[in-house]
Amino acid sequence: MRTENNILVKLHNAGFKQNNKWLVEGVSLTVEKGKIVTLIGPNGSGKSTTAKIALGIYKNIEGNVEKYTNKVGYVPQKISIDWTLPLRVCDFMLLTESISEKDIDEALSLTGVIHLKNKNLGNLSGGEFQRVLIARAISKKPELLVLDEPVQGVDYTGEIALYELIKNISDTLSCGILLISHDLHTVMTATDHVVCLNGHVCCSGSPMDVAKNNEYKALFGEKASQILTVYEHKHDHVHSEEGEIKKN
Amino acid sequence: MFDDFFVRALFAGIGIAFVTGPLGCFVVWRRLSYFGDTLAHSALLGVTMAYTLDLNIAISVFLISSVIALILIQLQKKTNLPGDALLGLLAHSSLAVGLVVIGFLTFIRFDIMGLLFGDILAVTTDDLLIIWIGGALILLVLKLIWKPLFASTVNYELAEAEGLNPDRAKAIFTILMAAVIAISIKMVGLLLITGMLIIPAAMARNISDSPQKMVLFSIIGGLLSVVLGLYSSLEFNTSSGPSIIAASLVLFILSLFKIKQSIKLKN
Repeated sequence: MRTENNILVKLHNAGFKQNNKWLVEGVSLTVEKGKIVTLIGPNGSGKSTTAKIALGIYKNIEGNVEKYTNKVGYVPQKISIDWTLPLRVCDFMLLTESISEKDIDEALSLTGVIHLKNKNLGNLSGGEFQRVLIARAISKKPELLVLDEPVQGVDYTGEIALYELIKNISDTLSCGILLISHDLHTVMTATDHVVCLNGHVCCSGSPMDVAKNNEYKALFGEKASQILTVYEHKHDHVHSEEGEIKKN
Repeated sequence: MFDDFFVRALFAGIGIAFVTGPLGCFVVWRRLSYFGDTLAHSALLGVTMAYTLDLNIAISVFLISSVIALILIQLQKKTNLPGDALLGLLAHSSLAVGLVVIGFLTFIRFDIMGLLFGDILAVTTDDLLIIWIGGALILLVLKLIWKPLFASTVNYELAEAEGLNPDRAKAIFTILMAAVIAISIKMVGLLLITGMLIIPAAMARNISDSPQKMVLFSIIGGLLSVVLGLYSSLEFNTSSGPSIIAASLVLFILSLFKIKQSIKLKN
């Protein structure tokens, strides 16, 4: 069902210019409830900029953005926190919204960092901090999650678990997710819609459509296209609404 | 009870410490100590305006400091000069203009020292009212903007992305800074107000592991400094402002021992 009410954020021909240079232009995309939209593209292609346009961080943009929700969770790509602040993980969890102790514990457990709850934020490793950032974003049960390279610095097994968690969250909370990822494997397995950026939208569509696109191949190379085709398989079952598996 | 100048000074100082405690934490966290200095320097211009136009000192200082803060924000947007150069420019030019204007006001006898370093004798019951009512208002507003202000202090983009409107919080905080300088200028003096904001907060940072604790310790540190400073100024016949700041310095030095201990514990 595609109704207007399911749309969380909609970019129409959006772009952002800084010092007379376009960081990204002409981006149109829609994030709906329960859907994962992934942005891919080489460095400097405007992925983070697009996310910031969608979030309303950049003010003087071209085109327009319609945002239909204020319940937003954001995991930025780069975060510089000033350590002159005495800040524990549990203080950080309450940063933008007052949430219950139970929800904090639950979110920290889901990302596997509940044991760090009373630690000072400055003493965490990069991967640990990344898990805390994800926990903070999901703990407020947002309607829209924007994840900018959410698993950077996380160990390999953790990475897989966290992507599974992200997929679960989109299902259970039926929130829309705007994901930025370098990991083409992930893009294939969990995403509903892929937008391939290179200063502008170079192609978009379902993961398979994008994989077959010639511009995509030109951008990422023939190999990348083959990575994706590995995942092409026919589903021999469907999920019922209660989550049971039905064979076709 | 408020007939005694010392009791008045004590109550004025206590009222100020309650406000500078939490505000000082934000000054430290947001690296605004030079900004506080600039506003304080411009306060001299406010004082001269109060004398020329026969206004209340606190109100006129508040107005001038707010205007200077607004000019600073505009200059930051319009010029390519670095922030500290702009702060220096505003601080010293407003101080200089203030002193030049004083030169013209030959018909008024000015207690320049009292203005620069605070004067215990100058605190009147009216000043007490301004400090306590103004202080209560400042704290109330700070409590209202606490969440967006704190969140954007930690990370601006997170606060903006999650709908907290950090720009508005920052603008309101700037006004609060002007207000706290206005109510404390008579007591601490314009050269030492920043000290009252920063030193108790810096002391609190050394002994706290959460933002709430830091605010609490900062208030306690400020209160202790006021009481210790005022009693010693009475004892040794020193000026009130410097005595309060010197007392807070002693507390800061004591707090350093606590850091040493915790570093030892970690090893």
